[in-house]
Amino acid sequence: MFPLLLIFLPVLTALFIFVLPAAQSRMIAFAGAILSLLAVLLSFNALHADATDVALSFSFNWLPSLGSNISFGIDGISMVLLLLTNILLPLIILTTFQRDIIKPKGYFSLMLLMQSALLGVFMATDGLVFYIFWELALIPIYFICLFWGGEGRQRITFKFFIYTLLGSLFMLVALIILFQHTTNHSFAIKELYAAGASMTFDQQAWVFWFFFLAFAIKMPVFPFHTWQPDTYVNAPTQGTMLLSGIMLKMGTYGLIRWLLPMVPQAVSAYTDLVIILSIISVVYASAIAMAQVNFKRMIAYSSIAHVGLICAGIFSYKAEGIQGALAQMFAHGINVVGLFFICDIIQTNTGTDTMANLGGIRTVNQKFAFWFLITMLGSVALPLTNGFAGEFLLLNGIYQYNAWFAAIGGLTIILGAVYMLRGYQAIMLGETSSITTSFPALKLSETIVFIVIAGIIVISGIYPKIILDISAWDVQLIAH
Amino acid sequence: METFIPLIPLMPLIGFAILGLAGNKISKMLAAIIGCASIAISFAISLMVFNSQMHTEEAVTVTLFKWIEAGSFKTELAFLVDHLTAAFLLVITGVGLLIHIYSAGYMHKDEAHNRFFTYLNLFIFFMLLLVMGNNYLVMFIGWEGVGLCSYLLIGFWHKVSEYNKAANKAFIMNRIGDLGLLLGILLLYKQFGTLNFLDIKANLSGIESGNTTIVLATLLLFVGAMGKSAQIPLHTWLPDAMAGPTPVSALIHAATMVTAGIYMVVRSNFLYTLAPFTLEVIAIIGLVTALVAATIALFQNDIKKVLAYSTLSQLGYMFLALGVGAYSSGVFHVVTHAFFKALLFLGAGSVIHAMSGEQDLLKMGGLRKKIPLTFITFLIGVLAISGFPFTSGFVSKDEILLNVYYHNKLYFYLAAAGSVITAFYMLRLLMLAFFGNFRGTKEQEHHLHESPSSMTIPLVILAILSVVAGLVQLPHIYGGHPYFKEFLDTVAPSVEPEDITMATKEWLFLGVTTLVLGIIYFITRRFYAEQSFSGIYTGLKKFLANKYYIDELYSAVITKPLNHIGQLFYKIFDKIIIDGGVNGVGKLVNWSSTKVRLIQTGKTGFYMFAMVLSLVVFLIVGLYNLI
Repeated sequence: MFPLLLIFLPVLTALFIFVLPAAQSRMIAFAGAILSLLAVLLSFNALHADATDVALSFSFNWLPSLGSNISFGIDGISMVLLLLTNILLPLIILTTFQRDIIKPKGYFSLMLLMQSALLGVFMATDGLVFYIFWELALIPIYFICLFWGGEGRQRITFKFFIYTLLGSLFMLVALIILFQHTTNHSFAIKELYAAGASMTFDQQAWVFWFFFLAFAIKMPVFPFHTWQPDTYVNAPTQGTMLLSGIMLKMGTYGLIRWLLPMVPQAVSAYTDLVIILSIISVVYASAIAMAQVNFKRMIAYSSIAHVGLICAGIFSYKAEGIQGALAQMFAHGINVVGLFFICDIIQTNTGTDTMANLGGIRTVNQKFAFWFLITMLGSVALPLTNGFAGEFLLLNGIYQYNAWFAAIGGLTIILGAVYMLRGYQAIMLGETSSITTSFPALKLSETIVFIVIAGIIVISGIYPKIILDISAWDVQLIAH
Repeated sequence: METFIPLIPLMPLIGFAILGLAGNKISKMLAAIIGCASIAISFAISLMVFNSQMHTEEAVTVTLFKWIEAGSFKTELAFLVDHLTAAFLLVITGVGLLIHIYSAGYMHKDEAHNRFFTYLNLFIFFMLLLVMGNNYLVMFIGWEGVGLCSYLLIGFWHKVSEYNKAANKAFIMNRIGDLGLLLGILLLYKQFGTLNFLDIKANLSGIESGNTTIVLATLLLFVGAMGKSAQIPLHTWLPDAMAGPTPVSALIHAATMVTAGIYMVVRSNFLYTLAPFTLEVIAIIGLVTALVAATIALFQNDIKKVLAYSTLSQLGYMFLALGVGAYSSGVFHVVTHAFFKALLFLGAGSVIHAMSGEQDLLKMGGLRKKIPLTFITFLIGVLAISGFPFTSGFVSKDEILLNVYYHNKLYFYLAAAGSVITAFYMLRLLMLAFFGNFRGTKEQEHHLHESPSSMTIPLVILAILSVVAGLVQLPHIYGGHPYFKEFLDTVAPSVEPEDITMATKEWLFLGVTTLVLGIIYFITRRFYAEQSFSGIYTGLKKFLANKYYIDELYSAVITKPLNHIGQLFYKIFDKIIIDGGVNGVGKLVNWSSTKVRLIQTGKTGFYMFAMVLSLVVFLIVGLYNLI
């Protein structure tokens, strides 16, 4: 029953927001998000205690003629993403507490609807249901970007929408091909796995590339990434957080759940190619991040670099790589939300996020500099921060597959340090500039967000098993 | 004993936490006490641990908890204490304590005094973790952690852009080395299925000397060592790191962190002994660094820069020792160097303190009468590093040279020449700063004063150690006994030379050294103390004074191209080619729809015609397929 609870709580909250006065939207959204967080903790507890399938899954006979059931299930792999989603949502809502949001009813209810769709994606165990939630997730974020975004939002949002929609159409075709090869025409994931394995190599290859295209655009990896920086920079802060913190993990999750086990022959045939693309992503996006003058755009490119390494680690098909990927997905979600929040605070207080115009904020606001430092250290994967276990395991998995790939992908530990340190120096250190001298102290709600983020960075860095153990068992079932 | 071991790193961590949370809410006095006390407790426990290690050859392992586990990969957060670790523990906590005490005086007037102690305690924590880990990954925590502290402390005065750049440079150059180290670690895991030191050691039976995997792994690990211990070509960050407060230069960039590379190689001695090729590489890189850095030091006019290049050079000697398989000699030089180089840096700090922040040797002179205690202790440091007979530096450097002599005569002559240069630049420094006439401003002269006792007491203690530390390793011929070598050989057995006839000629060494030092004394005294000295160089001297132009070379060959590549990728590749392509597809769709739209004429006749034509085509295709 947990899947239904998780999906409907945000929807219900959105309904309340819609009915009650706009002045209360934010608090209702926050309360609802906290309830969702409690719900996911309960389901985590149930998963941990080996609860029955009844508690952790749900199935409803929906379209018998199509062989599709509305079915969800929670295992260790989905749990990592569910936790991430429901931890981030209250934080993302908290980041609006010091901001004026126009049309709050729409803004917050769309955020919650997006949460609901994302949770559905991470739990779906039926191909058609997965596809539907996958597309559902796109709609709220499209409106968030379109109505609350910055300059030129129509063009940028349109491109983002069409681009990702195109990807998902390919995925739909892949699902239909698989469906036609099932023995008794079903969309159930197990049946699809069996169908995929029974197909000839050529058929598998088509399914592989159709799926991959959808996931690659969503993450995104090189060369399907050009929608991403514009969209991240243009979207409202909370939209960017949803996109980078959670939504891109739909792609990486899709790889683990829907691609790797689906078409084994094609996967092993194309692994080299995909890992090479991912490694290119890492180096290429890092190099571009180094050339950025705008902090937000720099983080956008750094996100491409991080997700590239995750993708490569998943395709190493080693338990180390996949668990590393999950740990890194979790860590990246937390860190990137922190970084975009930092960016938002800077932009709100100084009116710019061009790094050359800033500087010296550390002198005026030491605490802010401290939170920035911790988040940055997580992002550059210093040991004892949350980024390390994931990055190390990813590189380990890739190394076992091919040492050269790991050596080149490992450049991320150098390049990541280069652009993050430069950014930190340009913004926080040195003499204050005319716009940073009056940088204000952090507000309570802002401090709370940073305490939670820094707490997760440090705790899951010192004791990474807290995340790794969640998925250990289920990853063993897939990995080599 | 085991229950106390985790307390050694825990104490500075607790100190860090208290100081970090309290910030400026507590007085400077209290902050200094907390900072020093936490290290003092660690030092006391380290002494106990060392004492118990003296009576046993058993390594002690203490496991805290399981750390990273995924698939078949497993590591624990666990400590290993054996003779090697015990020796490093004493150096880190002992010298660390002295430098903490010194800092209380040195940083007294700095508004960020408390933050300084916070970082310093964090550094000691990570440094202890580095030498206490029982596997490569825990060592890596410490390894990266000390890099972070180094970054924070180099950029301690964060308003100055130059310092921040130096801090970034240090972190990034270290990360270049760290990638090598990490890849070496991954290779070891792939080969042995474990990262535990003792487990790897136990799995080595049957592996022959010169095994390709081992050679590759040791080379990769050594890349990490080159970064952390600033060996050529990854050395340029260390001289810049002098931007940090002087106690930091003494503690991190001379006595402890930069010796992490030596620790790592000695810790992995069981691998390196199986890789003669890597050892040869280490010896050559160590030797080149020793010589190049020494020649640069000859022409530096910043007191801290001279000491920084001298550190590079001495680290080179340590690696040279490791390269010829004399592990214990390398570690012994780490110990003696920690004493006399910390002494020299702290002495330089005392000079800078007296000179109201001046670091330029050309503006000093004649200080020996103004700050006599600093002068005497500094002189002892200079004598020790120059290898004056029976000082600790004499014993440790002689032993390295002796081992190098057995290994390769050419290396020996070069290394010996290097130590002559060492004596020369150190005496030059001494003359410029302490002899001759005062060359600074009137105001500086007016303010000249001896440092407070919190600063001079550590100087005195370090001076004593710099003299007597050699006793634990004094050669037989002088009536001593190599206790330290015996102690360390249980962990890292040195590769014993076959021909040991030179050991009987120690007296020759002694005589030559004394003679050379005397000559250098008179030359430097004549050139740098009694005559006016411009400090402007031409020709080869200019080349050396400009550090072989290596920084400029890196900037032209690496930094600038890297930035250009980023720009190129961004502006040409990303914006025009890829995104242009994506937008092109969109435009193509728009364009073709405007064309296809023309077919929708609205005339029924045209539609009928199209329908019939299509039917005919389908029929033909269908028939064709049937046949």
